[in-house]
Formats: sequence, C-alpha cells, structure tokens
Amino acid sequence: MILFHLDPRSGVPTYLQLVQQVRQAVQLGILRPGDQLPTVKDVVGALAINPNTVLKAYRELDHEGLVVARRGVGTFVADELPSPPDDLKGLRASLHRWVERARAAGLDDENIAALLAETTRAERPARVA
Amino acid sequence: MTAPVHAHGLGKRYGATWALRDCTLEIPTGSVTALVGPNGAGKTTLLQLVVGLSRPTDGSVRVFGADPVGDPAAVLQHVGFVAQEHPLYRGFTIADTLKLGLKMNPNWDDELAHARIEQLGLPIRRKVGKLSGGQQAQVALTLALAKRPDLLVLDEPVASLDPLARREFLQSLMEAVAEGGLTVILSSHILADLERVCDHIIILANGRTQLASPIDDVVATHRLLTGPRADAAAIARMHDVVSERHTERQTSLLVRANGHVYDATWELHEVDLEEIVLAYLARDRSAMADTVRSA
Repeated sequence: MILFHLDPRSGVPTYLQLVQQVRQAVQLGILRPGDQLPTVKDVVGALAINPNTVLKAYRELDHEGLVVARRGVGTFVADELPSPPDDLKGLRASLHRWVERARAAGLDDENIAALLAETTRAERPARVA
Repeated sequence: MTAPVHAHGLGKRYGATWALRDCTLEIPTGSVTALVGPNGAGKTTLLQLVVGLSRPTDGSVRVFGADPVGDPAAVLQHVGFVAQEHPLYRGFTIADTLKLGLKMNPNWDDELAHARIEQLGLPIRRKVGKLSGGQQAQVALTLALAKRPDLLVLDEPVASLDPLARREFLQSLMEAVAEGGLTVILSSHILADLERVCDHIIILANGRTQLASPIDDVVATHRLLTGPRADAAAIARMHDVVSERHTERQTSLLVRANGHVYDATWELHEVDLEEIVLAYLARDRSAMADTVRSA
C-alpha cells in the first residue's frame, strides 16, 4: 500500500502531488498491477485534505490508464500498464551524457534544473493564459 | 435539489453599523467552503444568519429552500452548527453530552456518536470541562455530526487548537465529508489549512463579499503582472486590478485575468491562493482607510 505525503511548499497542486507519487511508486515497483490504492476516506483521514482532491487525482490516473476504478470496490493499479516509450533507455543515456557535459562546463544542479525547465517550456506548444 | 445555502442581497445592521451588506451567494451541494476575512468582516454574522440565530435586516437567506428564522423546524434538522470556542456544558461528562444529543435530536445517530468518541480515544466518563481544547472541539464536532446534518456550519473551529489537534480535527472532518452527502462551510484565518480542505472560497471584507468562487477557478484566473513602471492612468484603464505595487522602475499588479488580454510589456506569473486572498484583504484595508479619510 502506498503512503502519500504532501509538500505544501512545492507549489505543485495537491492532486498532482498524489498523481506523481502513484506514477513514481508504479515505476519503482512499490505498486504492482492489481494492488489497491488507499480509499478516498483513508487518504483524507491521513492528510486532512478535501476528498474531491483525491477523486481528481484518481480520475487523472484512471485517464492515463495507470489505475482502474471499480465502482463500490476501490481503485486498483491496472493489470496492463501503459508501456514506457521504446526509446527510454536511449533517452536516459543521452541525458546522462548531457548532464556530464553541463557539469564539465561548470553548471551546478540549480543551473541545470533551470536550463532544463526553460528548454521544456520553450518547446511546449503555445497556449492561452 | 435546492442549494444548501442561497443568499440574496443579504444584510444585517447593528445600530448604525452594517455587519454584512448586499451578500449574494450560493453554496453548492457537497462543497467545502472556506469563509475568510479579517476580524469584523461579517463572517460570524453571515454564519449566524444561515443557522437562524439572527434575523436579516435586508435581503434573504434560504437553507435547503427554507427560511431559517421563519421556518426553523424545516431548517434546523438539516443543519449542524459548531459556534466559536465550541461551547459545551462543562459540568457534563461526554456520556451525558451524547445523551443530551440523543434526547434533543430526532435523527440522532447514537452509534456514530459513540463510535467516534471511542475511535478518538476520548474518556467518555470525563467531564467536558476537564478535556483539552482539541478534545472539546472533537466532542463538539461529534455532536454536530451525530445529528446527521446535510449542512455543517463551523465558526472558527480550529482557532484555539494546537497544530496537532488542528490537524486531527480537520482529518475527522474530511473523513465525514468523504462519506458523502455533507456540505460544509467553515470560517478560519489559517489559509494553509483552508487550501487543503476546502474546494470553494468566500472572501468577506468590510461586510461585503469580495469573491465567491471554486478555489481552482480563483487560482486559474488570477495572475501577477510585472513590467516597467506604469502610471495611474494606464492602470485605471485595466480591468479587475486587485492590488498594485510599484518601485521607481517596476510595477507589479495582481489582476483577475478572466480572459482579458494584456499588453506584451507585461510578464504574466501564476500566484497561489494565499497571495490572492492577502491581496483582496489588503485592498479592503486601503479602501477602508480611504473612506475614513474622506469622511
């Protein structure tokens, strides 16, 4: 069973923090196919957050195909998880090389994170505020 | 189904002073609504009007479609109310307090009441006056929940509690909401708590509603604009400016962006709920200072 935690200073909306924690737990194998997620009541009882926030997170995960909601029973990790992109290994290796280059060029972790954030923002399709 | 609370042009005057004025709002079913505002903004007045403890001077309030003062029998069985400082009979034990609840409420859920007290580990034979503030708050919440209300009204429920008791109180409250069918309004000054537990917010200041909206919408529509120093005339032409700050060379504005289009000289930033609420409250204070100056 996954234990959720919240970082109020992260600036990341609460429901998204829950979504990210489930995604990560699935990637790390802490959650396996068929495992049940905590009930909404358990989560709100532990974190003192609004039940709708938990529902929103679970809906998002359902939409991504990571979990399956069974009415009146609970929410479970999907049997067939969406497969990671084929080239994940290659992407990781090239990012690894890039980070090494950035460090060699004198960037520290904060500069690297800022540069990565700036680049992903710049590559994102335009949207209206 | 009729909304749990519907207020239209609601106002309350004490002597020459309006404690609440021209308040129009609707509380949706199943929502948890935060009521925020400085002391004296009219929060308690609004809550007392909702539960029928006070009679409107102006306008109307309907609770599940009925008038809380004119038809209390129709309203009160649906409403649980925990007043500020959660008043209880201090000489009663918890058991006595629950028995009183049983005798006075037709829909009383005695099983729920005892189960909650046991789950919280509260000593049922102890006098309420001997309990800690957090425990008293939990007893008051238990009383309100065991009525099986459809609407729960809480006036500053966590103000006097230490951080752990506050967290435990909100956990219990959210568990009750998770069971479904309960609409909650609570007033508080602790914005961090409200952001966790609430999905709607009403900002009251100076006896008037400044904002009443789902929290997600509030955060999605407000933006901080920063740019080169702008003059008053330029700002006056812009819509929905909540607050403004200037240095010699820079101006930053908090705006309700609501689909407005801004000049490219402004850089747009997202803002969190706390910043937004503080901007509304600060705006009210400067408006009040203006009134005093002009008076």
